[in-house]
Amino acid sequence: MLSKTAIKELEEIRQKYPNASAALLPALYIAQREFGYLGADAYEAVSDALGIPKAIARGVGTFYTMYKHKPMGRHIVQLCTNVSCMILGAEKLADFLKNKYGLEPGGTTPDKRFSLVIMECIGACGTAPAMLVNDDFYENLTEKYIGEILERYK
Amino acid sequence: MEKILLKNIENPNSADINEYKKIGGYRSIPKAFENKPQEITEIVKKAGLRGRGGAGFPVAMKWSFACADAKFPKYLLCNADEGEPGTFKDRLILEKNPHLLIEGMVISGYAIGAEYGYIYLRGEYPGAYHILNRAIAQAYENNLLGDNILGKGIKFQLAVHRGAGAYICGEETALIESLEGDKGQPRIKPPFPVNVGAFAKPTVINNVETLSNIPYIVEIGGGAYSKIGSPDCPGPKLYCVSGHVEKPGVYELPMGTLLRDIIYKHCGGIKEGKNLKAVCPGGITTPVLPADKIDCPMDFVNMPKHGSMLGSGAVIVMDETVCLVKVCHRALKFLEHESCGKCTPCREGTGWLRKILERIENGAGAEGDIELLLSVSGNMLGKTFCPLGDGAASVVQNFIKHFRNEFEEHIKRAKCVMRDA
Ligand SMILES: Cc1cc2nc3c(=O)[nH]c(=O)nc-3n(C[C@H](O)[C@H](O)[C@H](O)COP(=O)(O)O)c2cc1C
Ligand code: SF4
Ligand code: FES
Repeated sequence: MLSKTAIKELEEIRQKYPNASAALLPALYIAQREFGYLGADAYEAVSDALGIPKAIARGVGTFYTMYKHKPMGRHIVQLCTNVSCMILGAEKLADFLKNKYGLEPGGTTPDKRFSLVIMECIGACGTAPAMLVNDDFYENLTEKYIGEILERYK
Repeated sequence: MEKILLKNIENPNSADINEYKKIGGYRSIPKAFENKPQEITEIVKKAGLRGRGGAGFPVAMKWSFACADAKFPKYLLCNADEGEPGTFKDRLILEKNPHLLIEGMVISGYAIGAEYGYIYLRGEYPGAYHILNRAIAQAYENNLLGDNILGKGIKFQLAVHRGAGAYICGEETALIESLEGDKGQPRIKPPFPVNVGAFAKPTVINNVETLSNIPYIVEIGGGAYSKIGSPDCPGPKLYCVSGHVEKPGVYELPMGTLLRDIIYKHCGGIKEGKNLKAVCPGGITTPVLPADKIDCPMDFVNMPKHGSMLGSGAVIVMDETVCLVKVCHRALKFLEHESCGKCTPCREGTGWLRKILERIENGAGAEGDIELLLSVSGNMLGKTFCPLGDGAASVVQNFIKHFRNEFEEHIKRAKCVMRDA
């Protein structure tokens, strides 16, 4: 079940579209926020709220990389390794995250503090290498700078 | 050149409606409403504006197709999916100048008779999502969006639709699928979106930068606008430069600026005095150019004559230390990941190409692998459902065309020849 506030939020979003199906992507975001990731409960809640079959909701949810299908750490480190970032050293930064924090691509630290997701281009190529931590952009990264940034996320 | 799209962005409050109004913003809407909708399309036609999303399609032509279809309501979609690696220009408009885009959309909606608009924003831009929503709310408060804009009886409702991480959703029919709440897989064309688009209604899809040109065109007129930049392809252009240049960033320059001038004059040349090796001029899926082929005017008409494409105007600059087999491999890894899986040549081909490139880069390439790459990519070209698959094949073909030697050396010496260089 979605919370009351989530259902209200979804009803408002639903009004922006001519039909309920179009509200599926926003609904999945809301469910992800409520449940932490999209598992069976989350899909059931979305399906109930919008009247969309679970199989359809799941088919759509699994198509997009920003919907998570397993529990994630408290903070999601999203490091870009696409070409502009790669040629300016992004792979070394991925190695650094692995060596210093034990963070493997797709993995989560045992204390559930961080998860690492390797990203395709995040639109910060002019200030590469770049990453997002949760919703915040960090650019012109170095190992030292990443160390400082991650200290801010407990 | 006077800044048009990036006007006022040094102002830390540039995204606020009052700051935008202070520099003359939102004056083009009342001016546009003095004209009939068809007259706006005429002005845009005279301006010669081409779409900035990658294909360079004439904007007025697309608009008139949608106008000619009698079905209602019509939709105007802004493509803010900005997924082509190397591209970061739309983000700048979205975060710093959102009202310019909104103004452009109100006028464009009026021109085509669309009462509903959506901005399809990539999921990876959470900052822009909040900024846009705030800007839209301000525009509603100022009666610049709604059912009776400026009391003139004109309706335009605008909302942001957030994507969720899929490059293919930048392709216009996949974007529509995704807006409708489905997987982002391209649709067969025809019917084209101008006839059967969002919710089966006539739909115009334009890029963020394209729509952001509209207020200025209305302000100065089509004739004056058409004198900026290349004659066949006028206007200001946002070039996003990344990689090994001294001053990377987004540059607003006249369309048709020479690639060499962008790199050496505007961006201060190659970092640390090194030599240029290669450039992808319009994002990683546009054909790579070697260092001696950069005297080309960066516009939609001239780039194909010089062996590449303008694409999204994303100039990725690579110096002499870069391994191009590795870059090619990274590009294919991306395209394999982003292939939507709908058609076999792309779904399977991108993976095969990536695997062959991976073994070459890792020193395990076999004799004949280059021929194999050419054969697999040759079998994809022209046989894929949408341009993503074609793009993947062309990436491989162009890297080999210009840098075959580097691929051969990798195979012959059974290692990455750049790593110890
Ligand atoms: C694989 C693929 C990805 C695309 N990605 C984008 C994109 O991120 N942004 C964009 O504006 N156009 C993108 N396009 C082009 C759109 O399909 C469409 O041509 C464009 O949005 C039309 O707007 P315009 O005429 O203003 O350029 C992409 C096309 C393809 C084939
Ligand atoms: S070419 Fe690739 S992305 Fe395009 S429809 Fe086919 S599988 Fe999907
Ligand atoms: S390539 Fe990393 S942000 Fe664009």
